Amino acid sequence: MARATRDVSDLSHAFQYGAAPESTAAALEMRAVSHTFLSGSANEVRALKGVSLALAPGDFVTVVGMNGSGKSTLLNAVAGTFQPDVGRIYVGGEDVTRQPEFLRARQVSRVFQDPLKGTAPNLTVAENLSLALDRTRSPFALRWALTGARRAELRERVATLHLGLEDRMGAKIGTLSGGQRQALTLLMATLVKPKLLLLDEHTAALDPRSVEQVVKLTENVVSSQRLTTLMVTHSMHQAVRLGDRVLMMHRGRIVKEFRGREKQQLRVENLLAVFDQLRSMEALDESAAEMLKRLYV
Amino acid sequence: MNLLFGALSMGLVLALLGLGVYISYRILDTFDLTVDGSFAFGAVVAGVLLTRGLGSFWASAAGFTAGMAAGALSGVIHQRLGVSRLLSGLLVATALYSVDLVVMGGGDISLASTHTLPTQAFDLWQRFGGAESGARLFGIEVSARTLATFLAMLPAVGSAVFLVDRFFRTSLGLAMRATGDNAQMARSVGIDDAMVFIAGLAVSNGLVGLSGALFAQYQGFVTIQMSIGMLVMGLAAVAIAEGLMRGRSLGRRIVGVVMGSILLRLVVALALAAGLPANTLKLVTAALVLLVLVIPDVLRRRRHLAAPANG
Repeated sequence: MARATRDVSDLSHAFQYGAAPESTAAALEMRAVSHTFLSGSANEVRALKGVSLALAPGDFVTVVGMNGSGKSTLLNAVAGTFQPDVGRIYVGGEDVTRQPEFLRARQVSRVFQDPLKGTAPNLTVAENLSLALDRTRSPFALRWALTGARRAELRERVATLHLGLEDRMGAKIGTLSGGQRQALTLLMATLVKPKLLLLDEHTAALDPRSVEQVVKLTENVVSSQRLTTLMVTHSMHQAVRLGDRVLMMHRGRIVKEFRGREKQQLRVENLLAVFDQLRSMEALDESAAEMLKRLYV
Repeated sequence: MNLLFGALSMGLVLALLGLGVYISYRILDTFDLTVDGSFAFGAVVAGVLLTRGLGSFWASAAGFTAGMAAGALSGVIHQRLGVSRLLSGLLVATALYSVDLVVMGGGDISLASTHTLPTQAFDLWQRFGGAESGARLFGIEVSARTLATFLAMLPAVGSAVFLVDRFFRTSLGLAMRATGDNAQMARSVGIDDAMVFIAGLAVSNGLVGLSGALFAQYQGFVTIQMSIGMLVMGLAAVAIAEGLMRGRSLGRRIVGVVMGSILLRLVVALALAAGLPANTLKLVTAALVLLVLVIPDVLRRRRHLAAPANG
């Protein structure tokens, strides 16, 4: 427990010295971001409580945490699904806190947990990819969507997945399996190199074979393009295997971080042990609260 | 034969209505009640401009623009003011009813003495030596006026359909299809789905307004009655098109809507010729839409029941 506390304070130090985003140009920086859902109602959820975080260009960070710990909310805040109550978010030094989701998507790409979310089912594979290739341009700047040259280029990119999908460019993407769609979504997210790649438990809805495929693809694309990546995962195995930093979230806060040598030596058992610690701490908190109640009420 | 060409011309004109409805109903995946309003509005704007002496091309273009404005307005009311899709369309259509009456200065206007597309076509027909009385096609007499109208509508509607087909091959057309199919996906590839939706309703209702403008010229008058039941008419064309075309490509489906609309007019013309009272037309159209929508479902269910239960 003491150790966890110390790590948190270490973290806040790290943010203090890198405070000015313009000078360091962190790929991503979150400064004291807090957000409460259903604020003021009985079901109010304090999803993020002063989260600060910085990713240097090329960092691959995984985020783990129990259900409701705020790890997905963290990702959604960066993606712009909602605008946080408090705090600021910078991408590549630019303040994007109030930028709408679609504008942010032009530099921050994303793979969802649900393979159905990231692709348009009734559009063909080629059409879906073409839209992703145009990520940085407004569709209102009129031009032809799918030229012959474009088709050839996209076909080549799909072939790099080694899934044989280059022969199905004209198929509606909705007719493909979840694993195939997720592989294509990952490709779509990286067709144009994003400033930041967000992976939101992107293998959670897949069968074991597809999980392995998509994890391999993720490793390949992140390392070959040197992508700055923030990945939320439910899988301790993936957190241990992928990335160079692991963040652990609990009750809307980042409570622990493993980096450098600590991350390299990290085992699944270590992560589980921290989780157990958190749980027992919580039990302690509850009995302590009970005691205080009895004393003062 | 006159009946046939009349139905063909009207089918072509209403194909634009069908295409407009196809865009909102199938591509944007919404139910746009603006259509009834924008059809009449396009007709009214074109009609009033024609009586002021404007040529048919510019009057039709104005009808298209008027429809676009109506569509964009209900798009804005939905996307920016947070009013539901159904209600925003209904509000705009209802408001347009009054606008139409005010602009026309009454319930109807006659285009008898104006240069409509049919009268201009007839003038051309005569100038190029077309027989005053008409022509013989397959041994049957066709009036010159009817034939000239058809020959004028064909390129007018044809070029509009061609442009729609091209449009959906552009970045904006593709973005529209993506937005209707999966708005979350559209957003996550940097598409402003709200703006694209508004633009989609504008294009859709622009076609509907153009259809109204051409329809008014075809029948030679504008009446406020034109604002009733046009959405159902458009849906009928789309439903028939989907029965006809199981093809996957969008181009083929666009052609299908044109064919569906023409077929609908032929059926209506035949029914009228066979003695169906004109007053029951909307009832018959509504029943037809219901049938075309329900029959494939019923067939599928029966097939499911007939097949051995295997989950």
